[in-house]
Amino acid sequence: MSILEAQNVSKAFGGIQALDACSISVEQGKITGLIGPNGSGKTTLFNVITGYERVDTGTITFNGAPITNAPPDKVFRLGIGRTFQLTRIFSRLTVLENMHVAAQRQDLRGLLSRWSSSHEQRRALELLDFVGIAGLKDLPAGNLSYGQKKLLEFAFILIAEPQVILLDEPAGGVNPVMIRHLADRIRLLNQRGVTFLVVEHNMEFVMGLCDSVTVLHRGTKIAEGPPETVRTNPEVLEAYLGA
Amino acid sequence: MRMLKIVVLLVLVVVAVLFPLQISPDDTTTTVAVFALMFAAWATAWNTFSGYTGYIALGHAAFFGSGAYALAIMCQRWHVGLSDVSLLGLIIPADYAPFLLVPVAGLIAALIAVPVGWIALHTRRHTFIVVTIAIFFIFQLLAENNIGSLTGGTAGLEFHNPSWIYPFFNFPFYYAMLIILVLALLVSWWVRHSKYGLGLLAIRDDEDRALGLGVKTGPSKLVAYVISALFAGMLGGVWGYFLGSVFPQSAYDPLNDITLALMAFMGGLGTLSGPIIGALIIEWARQNFESLPFIQNAQNPSGYYLIIYGALFLIVVLLLPEGIVPTARKWWMRWRSRQQSASGSDTPGQAEALAVGQAGSGEGGNG
Repeated sequence: MSILEAQNVSKAFGGIQALDACSISVEQGKITGLIGPNGSGKTTLFNVITGYERVDTGTITFNGAPITNAPPDKVFRLGIGRTFQLTRIFSRLTVLENMHVAAQRQDLRGLLSRWSSSHEQRRALELLDFVGIAGLKDLPAGNLSYGQKKLLEFAFILIAEPQVILLDEPAGGVNPVMIRHLADRIRLLNQRGVTFLVVEHNMEFVMGLCDSVTVLHRGTKIAEGPPETVRTNPEVLEAYLGA
Repeated sequence: MRMLKIVVLLVLVVVAVLFPLQISPDDTTTTVAVFALMFAAWATAWNTFSGYTGYIALGHAAFFGSGAYALAIMCQRWHVGLSDVSLLGLIIPADYAPFLLVPVAGLIAALIAVPVGWIALHTRRHTFIVVTIAIFFIFQLLAENNIGSLTGGTAGLEFHNPSWIYPFFNFPFYYAMLIILVLALLVSWWVRHSKYGLGLLAIRDDEDRALGLGVKTGPSKLVAYVISALFAGMLGGVWGYFLGSVFPQSAYDPLNDITLALMAFMGGLGTLSGPIIGALIIEWARQNFESLPFIQNAQNPSGYYLIIYGALFLIVVLLLPEGIVPTARKWWMRWRSRQQSASGSDTPGQAEALAVGQAGSGEGGNG
């Protein structure tokens, strides 16, 4: 069953058609890879799903309900978390404070009370421990290394317990040890029922992690299926080699 | 450390309360103190919006002036200050009656801030600054042109003069300003430690990211803006009654906008104590400037202040870009860590930071 679906989504920036009647579906409980050459529309697809860009045409559904053009805060509250290609954390807040930003409360009393209840505090520390940066909790997040920032961004998404997590190049610019660490964490969360959609250029990472792979080229889907078959698909090879 | 902070705070409150009565009751000093407290409260309230969200609002004098006019108009129309008022069984002497309306003046300023903020907060960064300045000048023009026969035009409005005589005259205003300062500080402290305030700080660092994490950025910013306007309005009311009259040029004074920002920047934007420290320093400096001959003889001294404040701003930005409080805090941390490393104790955070890479292959974790 697909939990997240984009149907015939188009998006143009000026004369550039970033997405062209693009349809993809993400299976519940699976790790789906999203690959494609630079400029094929992967990040734009993330942006329209999470409400950072409006679609020109097409629909996006989550758990069967339409969420097309819903604002980012609503999409997040519904249960879709995302990371950014260029990691976006709150650099002047401490690592621990970063964790609590995503643990939003909707009722007035919750907003007016202290930012960390003991329950949330425990959960934040558990998650920092889960990704392996608990020892840095009191540092300003801006002082972290690039890889640590990626882990932090991943951890603060988790605090809201999203059903689907969209990762935009989680392994980009990260050292091999940390990449393996990250893949482990993703697999573990997946076993607990979290669905993933992962944009990544590191093919080893994608092939090792994903249950199925969707390939975008010039804003539309050109192939999908298990990693082994997609890998040998002639159309995909052609797209990558730029024929 | 925590105990120390509380003791220091209590001592400061006691000193502030006793100041006019015991320590220095002469007119000149208490007059300066009234203005110092006013700016400390105003800068604190301004910081609750601008410091926490990073949106530099340069039109706050619009709400200050509106509060001053609101109180003057209410007092005039309802003849407040002429006769004693009974409230909840208490008889309030006529001279104190205008203070009862100060919160109402604040609410009126807050009400004005709702549409103003709603419009201005559609823009960001430099555009926001320019829009707030533009809105400020609209208010000054409205007051000058006696819109709806409310403001009395350039002739301004008069308060009924209280019958107090010096040195007592300054005391009620001093305590009114002190109460507003304490309230503003409590609100600022609460915002800083609440979930709501954490959302504001997240907006300062990356607004779109905060939105994508479920922070309701629009309403959050507007509420902070309105809260800061509420305090500006109350302060404006007390200020108007203190001076006895309200004019467009003095109530809506662009110099105040610059002063506020300078105070907060100098003390430390987004910190609790920074704006107060900045306000005390600048007010003290201003009193000293007043005795300079070229300012004493000037027809329009406000022009000189703009130049002086501009220069001070440059000095702060160049030498103390983070402000006094954060810089002092940094020195203190550096001094402490040097003390610690001298005594041989290792900081655990750094050791764990290095071990991050290896953590992955371990046990499953319990997230």
